[in-house]
Amino acid sequence: MKRIFAREELCIGCRLCEIHCMVQHSRSRRILTAMLHEKDILTPRVKVQESGQLTFALQCRHCERPRCMEACMTGAITRDPATGIIKHDEKRCVGCWMCVMNCHCGAIVPGRESHVASKCDLCAGSDTPACVANCPNEALIFEER
Amino acid sequence: MNYTIVGNSSAAIGAVEAIRAIDPDGQIVLISSETEHTYSRPLISYRLAGKVDDDRMAYRPDDFYHTQKVQTMLGETVVGVDTEKKTLQLASERTLSYDKLLLATGGTPIVPPIKGLEKAMAGVFTFTSYGDVREIEAYLDKRGNVRDAIVLGGGMIGLKTAEALLARGMKVTIVELADRLLSASFDKTASQMMVEALERKGAAVTLQTTIADVFGGSSGIKGVHLSSGSEIYCQMLVLAIGVRPNVGYLKGSPVEVNRGIVVDERMQTNVADVYAAGDVAEAYDLLLEAKRPIPILPLAYRQGMIAGRNMAGHDETYRGGLAMNAIEVCGLPTVSLGESGREEDQEYEVMTFLDARAGVYKKVVIRGGRVVGLILVGEVDRAGIYTGLIERKVDVSSVKHMLLSDAFGLLSLDPQYRKHMVSGPGIEV
Amino acid sequence: MRKWLVEQEFVAERDVDRCINCSVCVRQCANDVHLVDEETGCVLSDSQSCVGCHRCTTLCPTKALTIKSAPQEFRENANWTADRIQGIYKQAEGGGILLAGMGNDRPWPVLWDNMVLNASQVTNPSIDPLREPMELTTYLGRKPDRIELESDGNGGVSLKTQLAPQLKLAIPIMFSAMSYGSISYNASLALARAAQAMGTFANTGEGGLHKDFRQYAGNMIVQVASGRFGVDVDYLNIASAVEIKIGQGAKPGIGGHLPAEKVDAQISATRMIPEGSDALSPAPHHDIYSIEDLRQLIFALKEATRYTKPISVKISAVHNVAAIASGCVRAGADIVAIDGFRGGTGAAPLVIRDNVGIPIEVALAAVDTRLREEGIRNQASIVAAGSFRSSGDVIKAIALGADAVYIGTAALISMGCHLCQKCYTGKCNWGIATQDSRLTKRLNPEVGTRRLTNLLRGWSLEIKEMLGGMGINAIESLRGNREHLRGVNLSDRELNILGIKAAGE
Repeated sequence: MKRIFAREELCIGCRLCEIHCMVQHSRSRRILTAMLHEKDILTPRVKVQESGQLTFALQCRHCERPRCMEACMTGAITRDPATGIIKHDEKRCVGCWMCVMNCHCGAIVPGRESHVASKCDLCAGSDTPACVANCPNEALIFEER
Repeated sequence: MNYTIVGNSSAAIGAVEAIRAIDPDGQIVLISSETEHTYSRPLISYRLAGKVDDDRMAYRPDDFYHTQKVQTMLGETVVGVDTEKKTLQLASERTLSYDKLLLATGGTPIVPPIKGLEKAMAGVFTFTSYGDVREIEAYLDKRGNVRDAIVLGGGMIGLKTAEALLARGMKVTIVELADRLLSASFDKTASQMMVEALERKGAAVTLQTTIADVFGGSSGIKGVHLSSGSEIYCQMLVLAIGVRPNVGYLKGSPVEVNRGIVVDERMQTNVADVYAAGDVAEAYDLLLEAKRPIPILPLAYRQGMIAGRNMAGHDETYRGGLAMNAIEVCGLPTVSLGESGREEDQEYEVMTFLDARAGVYKKVVIRGGRVVGLILVGEVDRAGIYTGLIERKVDVSSVKHMLLSDAFGLLSLDPQYRKHMVSGPGIEV
Repeated sequence: MRKWLVEQEFVAERDVDRCINCSVCVRQCANDVHLVDEETGCVLSDSQSCVGCHRCTTLCPTKALTIKSAPQEFRENANWTADRIQGIYKQAEGGGILLAGMGNDRPWPVLWDNMVLNASQVTNPSIDPLREPMELTTYLGRKPDRIELESDGNGGVSLKTQLAPQLKLAIPIMFSAMSYGSISYNASLALARAAQAMGTFANTGEGGLHKDFRQYAGNMIVQVASGRFGVDVDYLNIASAVEIKIGQGAKPGIGGHLPAEKVDAQISATRMIPEGSDALSPAPHHDIYSIEDLRQLIFALKEATRYTKPISVKISAVHNVAAIASGCVRAGADIVAIDGFRGGTGAAPLVIRDNVGIPIEVALAAVDTRLREEGIRNQASIVAAGSFRSSGDVIKAIALGADAVYIGTAALISMGCHLCQKCYTGKCNWGIATQDSRLTKRLNPEVGTRRLTNLLRGWSLEIKEMLGGMGINAIESLRGNREHLRGVNLSDRELNILGIKAAGE
């Protein structure tokens, strides 16, 4: 399956991926509305890690054997059999953080306000995930490896 | 091929999904003494609190058994196993044959010998099943005006029960024998923060004491005496001091039972074609480097999955689990991993960070340059990275100073480890 | 001394209704113009150090930012313009030479804009490049005075004359000399890869050839400049051609200086100088004081490369450029590159950049005319450089007599350069003219390569269209064909020097 890969030597740490991820998963999907009025309830599913000059953006790896899915006590995390995407049904999530504890990449984000876990869904339904499409330096690539 | 699975929770479901992925046609029979469609056991406290409704209790979709072609026998209890003839005896006196058997019968709540509880008393419950929720609700409806509850045991189940009863507007007292809550995984600092979170919601916590006796009347329980001497009135008591592996039906069989059903690295028991997984199993603990039951959901599923694969003819090794808990009580999220309760000594190095005002506590336990324990309170982001470090036994000597930092993340780690995690295709764990 | 008289040049205007306080601008500005107000969490701008590079406006996801020229105006004065006054303030405070990056930005006339091209109508049909082959292939190098053919007696004919080594260009556009050091590793890599992809050449400048770029040497011209940085026999022999750099259009007559802080381990190894030492290129080559000396170096290089590679000599366009070019050809140069006074640079004294040298249009025409008059035009190819802004400029240069052109500034612009002219500060926000690894990674070499390739492809398509319009199907047929040019608004003297007729003639 196609996955997102970060090229740390090209990540410029601008965090546009985080912003566009929030917009993509907002109600309005319009950047101004989302970031000015919905921001409090939005959690980016991609996070830029930064230490000195080293930066890269990390989101769910959609593992072959997802630990989060094993650990999910409500059955909210499932694998889409058609696409291989590890999906998370936020309506079923109760915020127990089992998945957060079991993701070795630290890619599942506990939503402060939403009180549910947030994770990358590869922008299911679109050809290119928002973070990849909006990375100004093509540091994120979406490909089969 | 007939696969028979005894149990209907995480381990059983893990096995079903694993078997079906490999063998689309084999017959899968699932036997459970509970009558419900597979449900999420940890959600019972959320259900009791009214945070989720019956519809959301399902662990898998309603059509799960159908799509996975599982023949269910719900409400049937296994009372015996004949490993020679490869048959199971059911309480309904039926006998079933199996080719491959998975025992995923979970745990049975421990009822301590308390004076006054020799006979069943209304208002006294254990809390590990959907049935318990219904019983409690029926009791609350019948007795009415239940305002005071006591929860015996300050572990996972006890705290989630207390939280649920608080959410229902009750006054709750937690009675814990140890000197701290979650004594298996928390230290005193973490426990104190949990106590404060509970107290903020109106709970009372009494430590280092236990229930000496209970007293009641015709309508049920009326109160308890603590071993410290005090008397507490209540209309409800929940016993939550733990579970023990449910293995009674193995009496007389050659299947080896120690503290749980002993399994090898393929999740097979000492008897061929008999596997065990989940809370009932005594499997390898990778930190302890010995076998012991670790009754937690993530391991149950994984063990069930690995058992399932091996039952279906694959050869897969369980590399061992570690004790881990993610629990949020009264708005306080926490994570504890491995040997989290350790104090600093010659063998263990302990690093802590405490921001009492923000309600954040972090503790990392290191042995031989490797992380072996962790407590996070108030802030659990990226907890899984530590889990990875523990499970993969990564040497963290060079990044020790970063472990408690806010900026700690994959990028603090060795480039090779980091790149594997960031760019490894379909990372295997 | 505090720079209290120098006014800010730009103002970064933030539309607070559109600003989402995402801090992208804060993270992108190497000049620290944008900052997060710690108390309110809002993003603010302090425009004092804004250089107008537009990095922030480009990346701002809501287009909340606009960079404007600072509204503060000096008292109107046609003579004492703001930039003159500011220059004096700066020097009064700093006491040094004013520096500038990129090319001459003074409003000198651009003669390309006074020349127009011809097109076929009725009597000679134009050619549709989409339907018919159109040849842009160009060979640079010495052409023989005459060729001799040999018959094999069976009707077959072969070339008897031994040809001098040639550079084969798929399009008559090359990338100018830009050293690794003046530009980043990624920018250099993108240029080399794009040259390879498009069948043309990039030029190392005086920065040496990084070991990673050796794989592109088949599309690289290497320079031998006054500092001799990075030159050894392998460097010469791996390259496609060797260029002796005498002068640069942006700063004729003076040398170069890569400051010590930019000389990191990689640059040190590539230039073959100690890490952290200043790389000073002297103004002259200390072994060249005459055409004869130049001839010695040309032939030394030919000897070192066993006469397998063309040797180019690059000179700035100065007053007697025609005579100098003639001397270069007579000294044995196979290619003469002429760099006009609008050419770019990483750093030049402002006063030199803006006042020294002559425009490439007249220099090119003068050199071509002179070499023809002397009957030696075939002995060397002419490469014109110094601010080619479009394919129109390129094709006019070829009609004026150039064999090919060098583009530098246009190439950098295609990779994102916004001409802020602050290359010498090392804080290029676009990751081009900097060695700060935080900034250099902003230029993804794959993206750079793609953009450069696209630019060259676009220009070559346009050149084919224009050639077809003139009824010409090979760039060879246009070279030096000044009949295809006419001048507009030019004096008789200028028309004469350019060797073109006035429009209407």
